[in-house]
This record gives sequence, structure tokens and C-alpha cells, in this order.
Amino acid sequence: MGDKIIERIVENVLQGRRNKDDEGIEEDYIGEPGVAELVQEALDNGIDTNTILLEGLSKGMEQVGEKYETGEYFIPDMLTAAEAVEAGMTVMEPHLASEGGSGGKGKVIMATVEKDLHDIGKNLVSIMLKGAGFNVVDMGIDVPAARIVEAAEEENADLIGLSALLNTTMTNMEDVVKELDKKGLHDKVKVIIGGAPTSDDFAAEIGADGYGKDAFAAIRIAENLIQAGGTK
Amino acid sequence: MSQRGVDVTKPYERLNREQIELVHRTSLDLLENPGILCYNQECVTMLEKAGAKVKATREGEHDAWWVSIPEKIIKQALDTAPSKVVLGARDPENKIVMEAEGTRVHFGTGSETNYWLEIEAETFVSKIDGREEVFPVMKKNRGNLEYLCRSAHLSEQLENLDFFLRNVNVQDSDITGENKDVNMFFAALNHTTKPIVSGISSLDQLEKVIDMAELIAGGKEELLKNPLITFITSVIKSPLQVVDETAEKLMAISRKNLPVIISTSPQGGSTAPIEEFGMMAQVNAEVLAGIAINQLSNPGAPVIYGAVPVRARMDDLHDMYGVPEFCHYNIDCAQMARYYQVPCYSTAGVADAKIPGVQAAVEKMFTYTSVPSSAPDLVHYAFGLLDKTQTFSPEQAVLENHQIGMVKALYAGSKIEPQDADRIKSMIGEVMASPYKLYARYARKMLRRGEIFPGFPFEGDSEDQDHTLLVAHEKMKELEQVEPKYLPEDVCKSIFEKIPGLLPRLNPYSK
Ligand code: B12
Repeated sequence: MGDKIIERIVENVLQGRRNKDDEGIEEDYIGEPGVAELVQEALDNGIDTNTILLEGLSKGMEQVGEKYETGEYFIPDMLTAAEAVEAGMTVMEPHLASEGGSGGKGKVIMATVEKDLHDIGKNLVSIMLKGAGFNVVDMGIDVPAARIVEAAEEENADLIGLSALLNTTMTNMEDVVKELDKKGLHDKVKVIIGGAPTSDDFAAEIGADGYGKDAFAAIRIAENLIQAGGTK
Repeated sequence: MSQRGVDVTKPYERLNREQIELVHRTSLDLLENPGILCYNQECVTMLEKAGAKVKATREGEHDAWWVSIPEKIIKQALDTAPSKVVLGARDPENKIVMEAEGTRVHFGTGSETNYWLEIEAETFVSKIDGREEVFPVMKKNRGNLEYLCRSAHLSEQLENLDFFLRNVNVQDSDITGENKDVNMFFAALNHTTKPIVSGISSLDQLEKVIDMAELIAGGKEELLKNPLITFITSVIKSPLQVVDETAEKLMAISRKNLPVIISTSPQGGSTAPIEEFGMMAQVNAEVLAGIAINQLSNPGAPVIYGAVPVRARMDDLHDMYGVPEFCHYNIDCAQMARYYQVPCYSTAGVADAKIPGVQAAVEKMFTYTSVPSSAPDLVHYAFGLLDKTQTFSPEQAVLENHQIGMVKALYAGSKIEPQDADRIKSMIGEVMASPYKLYARYARKMLRRGEIFPGFPFEGDSEDQDHTLLVAHEKMKELEQVEPKYLPEDVCKSIFEKIPGLLPRLNPYSK
């Protein structure tokens, strides 16, 4: 019984279905339980959160990743799968909290920096990080440095992810690093950056802890930094 | 009538009348429900006064309002929007006049590339047989003011280029938020006599930029008659969101009575539906919302329907241009603009390819031949734009000048006229009766009159290498030697006296 539900979670992650109202990649899914309902059902059946997470959600996401590598899946498939994982995580959240866990691999604050409105890339990174099991607080666009750092403090975050697409706004990333340094938080909260005009060199120049050229790099760097930090 | 561009006498109609009306109807429905999400309070108040329903909300760190726009606001805006719009120019011969029934297509540069692709010819020695070969070596440099000047100057020389949209982003260390616009506009105005189109990065500089244009045009009234500068405002963030700062710019520019392009660039598959109908319903609604804001700010202000619908790549969600969907969206938009009798700003040319070469040529020729068939008034993102708008290559611009020449020739009207029938018959009769039965002699006249399109001017003579780019490079260097048509000395002098923020090194007479 339990195995069946877990298998169906994997299947529905692959189909990118958050809930029963979503369609899948293949036909005839609408009305069938999606990841949210299945996770709820698994919890009701006493399956522990760790199994749901590792055997169900993460495994589904891994398979999605493999299909992307081989060219069978594309970015829209990855995104919808990640959203399905997130829907499952939301259902599990109260349980994870009562078990005293942090809810996934760590907490990330994501934002597009002040005066910049571009968010397609940032959203992609946010969704993929969520899909990879991070707890992401996405603050949206045009967010002042001080607000980002405040939120990182309030949320007890491990990582800040910053996006900028304009060469005129990328300089605002440095303000976030400075603000962290000023508050003595930089040891605890790492900063990663991305967006077309930024680069490894630029990250080093402003004292950020990493640069990611795409969402996959973002996941890799986030995992490395959080492990290295050993906060969780 | 415009002297420039090409008259596409029978525009291609991809959509039939029912489909156009269906898109229109669906857009109107969307504008009412869900409506637009507007981040600018003044704009919301203005729409509310005109009859829109408004509901406050919060999006992330910002105040926003859901605005349900009723049909009557759009109808009114379309009624007051003028059907004739003029893009003025320093040289009046270069003016672009766009009329509702007009079918002339004009081509211009576009975007704001971060990089300029520098190409050098370098000699390499083969490891196999010691033979020497020349190859183009490419290097991407950050855009700066000098490059922008070079680009504007090159644009002046390219005979098929009809308007100059500032195309290189200036990243000099002495360029700041406070002086960027004046310097960019001056760089453009001082190096080309064709119409100038540009966005404005800071509203504070609007007055200064307009003052500068007035000094060149010879006064306020003269500038309105011959609007040397046209503004682009990316007022919409897809889907259906009105951006705070740009809304402010749009309202301010509209009140100045200078032409403004309402530009929206939804990406099919990420910020808009990828399917044609969904994309069209949304992008059209977005432009209509922009036109409504513009006309409510100043009824009768000159406005241009600027839709830049693109498609997302499915492997990384970046823009993708050289694909059929892109052409479908853009052809449909030209039809919608014609239906509304508002001039249209469209897109073709930009390549996904990072450098000039086979991929760039395929992508560019594909959009250049298809999009203009629907006769949009303005086609931007042409001339040298690579890497999905990130890179400008002057050699590529030179190559495209020829490609666009081909397109212009392709769409020029047919000359099959009754009065020529007898002449044609006797010519064929004469040739049939002649020993070699050749028509070559009869081609000469047309050749002399310049009516026969020249062959590819960048053909190399190598048997085993493609030297096209090297030939284009030589041509580019030749064009760069032409003396620029600077503004007159007294005009420059008064501009530098009266307009604050201009960098002295831009003054051609101070050297
Ligand atoms: C779409 C778009 C817009 C849309 C934005 C819609 C939206 N919802 O985001 C709109 C129309 C609103 C817009 C507005 C403007 N834009 Co714009 N825009 C673009 C465009 C075409 C695509 C950007 C994009 O979404 N790419 C796809 C995503 C998937 O890629 P990405 O953002 O790079 O993200 C990936 C990586 O960078 C990385 N990443 C991103 N963030 C992060 C964060 C972290 C932590 C990590 C690790 C990784 C990471 O991972 C992502 C996934 O792979 C680019 C052109 C281009 N080729 O980049 C111009 C571009 C960025 N825009 C530009 C400009 C100039 C503007 C405007 C000023 C007006 C104008 N001229 O159009 C305004 C500015 C508004 C503002 N204040 O921000 C210029 C910038 C030039 C410069 N100065 O540097 C560009 C380069 C176009 C150009 N060549 O002219 N734009």
C-alpha cells in the first residue's frame, strides 16, 4: 500500500501535477489525485516524512533531472515538476515543523535587487531550489538591500540568492553583502548571485560567496555552501 | 508619404477577419477580467476616473492595484489615437511618415546590447602543410559611448537602414544614472541624420533630452512638427502588469506630444501562453492597456503599437527568435495594429546565434522575409543584433544591410503593365529570329537603371574557406572612414552650454 502511494508520488512529480485539478504530460490525469493529495494520503497512512521526501519527491525530481539530461524533458517540464514537489512540501510542512526539522535542505531568501524588475530567471531559480528541497522565501522584484538582509535575519536563513539583469542594478548586489558584513551576519548567511551581466569575477569583486550561471548551478552552489557552513 | 522603406503593397494576411475580431474580443475580456495589475498609483487613479474598477492589493514588497478596464476606455483610446504618426529626422529626407492605410515597412536597429563584437583578421599557419590562412578572430567587448557613436555613424552609411534605435549599452566609468540619457541621445543625434528612437532610463532627464532636441530642431514648435526623437516605453511587464516607473515615464512623455512606442515583450512559454491564440490575446491586451494610459494622459498624443512577442527556448527559458512561432506572433500583431489603425512597431532580424555565420544567416533571413510580409510600419532589432539581443556586431550589420536590401527588393510591387505587352512580344520575336537566341542585350538597360539586384557583395574568392565575414569587415572599415555628418558647430556649442551632464569628449569641435 505504502509503496504504491510513494510510486504514485514519483509518477505525479514526473507528470508535474500539484493536485487533482492539474493536467499531466500525458492525457487523462485531470481529477486523479496529484502530489498534494497523495502526500496527504501517505501521511494519513502513517508513512514518515523522510520516506515521502527521499523515496517520493526527491526521487521523482531526480528522474526528471535524468530525463532533462537525455533531452526527453525540457525546462517547462522541470518547472512543473518542481512545483509539484513544492505542493507536496507544503502539505508536509506542519509535520516537519512538529518533528523539529528545518524543512528541507536549508532556507534561502531569493530576490531581484533594487530597481530591477526582471524575474523570469530568478523565479526559475526559486522554483528549482524548492524542487531540490530547499525552503525558499521569494521576496519578488525591486527589493532594497536592507529589506533582504532584514528578511534573512527574521527567517533565520542560510543563504541569500540575488538576481540582477541590468548592468546598472548589479551594483546593488554589493550593498547586500556590505549590509550583511555590517551586521556581522555574513559568516552565517552566504550570498549567491546570478543574472546575465554578472560573473564569477564580479561575485569575487563584491565579496559574494558564489555565482551561478543557471538554476542547476544555483542548486549545486547552494548545496555546497550550506554543507560547508554546516548550519543544519 | 515616406521616401524610405519599402511598400509591401499587398500585406500577407495570416488571420482572417473573424480571427482578428476574436483576438480583439478576447483581449477586451481579459482587460476586464482578470484586468491588469498596476503598480503606479497615479495611473490607477486616472483609469478609475475614466471608469475602471479598482482593487488594492500587495505584491511582494510593493503596493499594487487590480484594475478592471471596461471596453469603453479602450474604444475611446483607439478613437483618439492618431492614425498618422511621423518620426522626424535631422535630414527631412529621412523622415518616416506612417499612415493608417500605409503599407510601407521601415527597418531599424534595436535593443541595448551589453557587448560589441570586435573582429580582426588574423593569419594562421596550418599544422598539416604549413599553409597560411586568414581567419576572423572575435572578441566581445563591453559596450561604451564610443561604440554607440560608431554604431550611429555606421547606421548613417547603411542605405537600407531607416531609423536608429540606440543599440549599444554605454558602460563607461563616467556614465551615471544622471547623465546616461543626455549622452546617449547626443551621441546618436550627432552621428546620424535618420530618425532616433530610444528608451529613457531616468525621467529626470526627459526635459534635458527634449531641450536638446529642440535646440537641434530649432524650437518647440519645430520639434513637434519634426519630432527628431521617438521614445520607447516598456510599460508592461507580462503578463498584464503595469510597471510603476515606466508608467510614470509613459504618462510624462505622452503629455509632451512626442511619439511614443508602447512596447511589451511577452515570452511565449514563460510570461505568456506559447500557443498563438493565447499569446495574441494577451500581447494585444497589453498594448491596448498601454495605449489607453497614453491616450488618457493626453488624448490625441502620437502613439505606436509596439508588440515584441517572442518565444521561450524550451531548454533554458531564454528568448528565441529564429523560429516560426515568433513570426506568427509578429505577423498577427501587425494585422491587429492595422485593424486598430495605429502604426505598428515590429521585430525581425535578431538572431539566437552568438556570432556571425551560418546560424545567424539562416535565422535572420527567415524572420526578415516573413515578418515584413504583413507590412508593419517599423521593424526593429535589425542590423547586427546577435545572441538574443546581447551582442552587436558592426560587420553583421553591414551584411544585413544587404539582406534587407534583398527583402526590400522582394516586396517591391510587380511591374506587369499592359503598355509593355507589345514591346515584350517584339523582343521575344527578335531574339527567336537571331542566331544565338540570347536575351543578354535586353538586360543591359535594366542593369544600367539599377533595376537588377546586385549579387552577393561579400563573396570571397577562396575555394575552401568562407571569407564572407572578412570581406564584410573590410567594407565596415571603409564605411567607418566616411566623415560623420556632425551637428552644426553653433548648435553643438549651444547644446554644450545649455544641457548639463554632457561629456566634453563627445563634442566634435572641441578637439
Ligand atoms: C524578458 C526581459 C525583460 C522583461 C522582464 C520580464 C520578467 N518577468 O522578468 C521586461 C520587458 C519587463 C524587461 C524590462 C526591461 N529590460 Co529587459 N530583458 C529581458 C530579456 C529579453 C530576457 C531576460 C530573461 O528573462 N532571460 C531568461 C532567463 C531564464 O534567464 P536569466 O534571467 O539570465 O536567468 C538565468 C541565469 O542568469 C541564472 N540566474 C538568474 N538569477 C539568478 C540568481 C541566482 C542567485 C543564481 C545563482 C542564478 C541566477 O539562472 C537563470 C536560469 O537559467 C533580456 C535579454 C537577454 N537576452 O537577457 C532583456 C534585458 C536584460 N533587458 C534590458 C533592458 C535595457 C530593459 C529595460 C531597461 C527596458 C528595455 N530597454 O527593454 C527594462 C528595465 C526594467 C527594470 N527596471 O528592470 C537589457 C539590459 C541591458 C543592460 N543595461 O544591462 C537586456 C539585456 C536586453 C537588451 N539587450 O537590451 N526586460
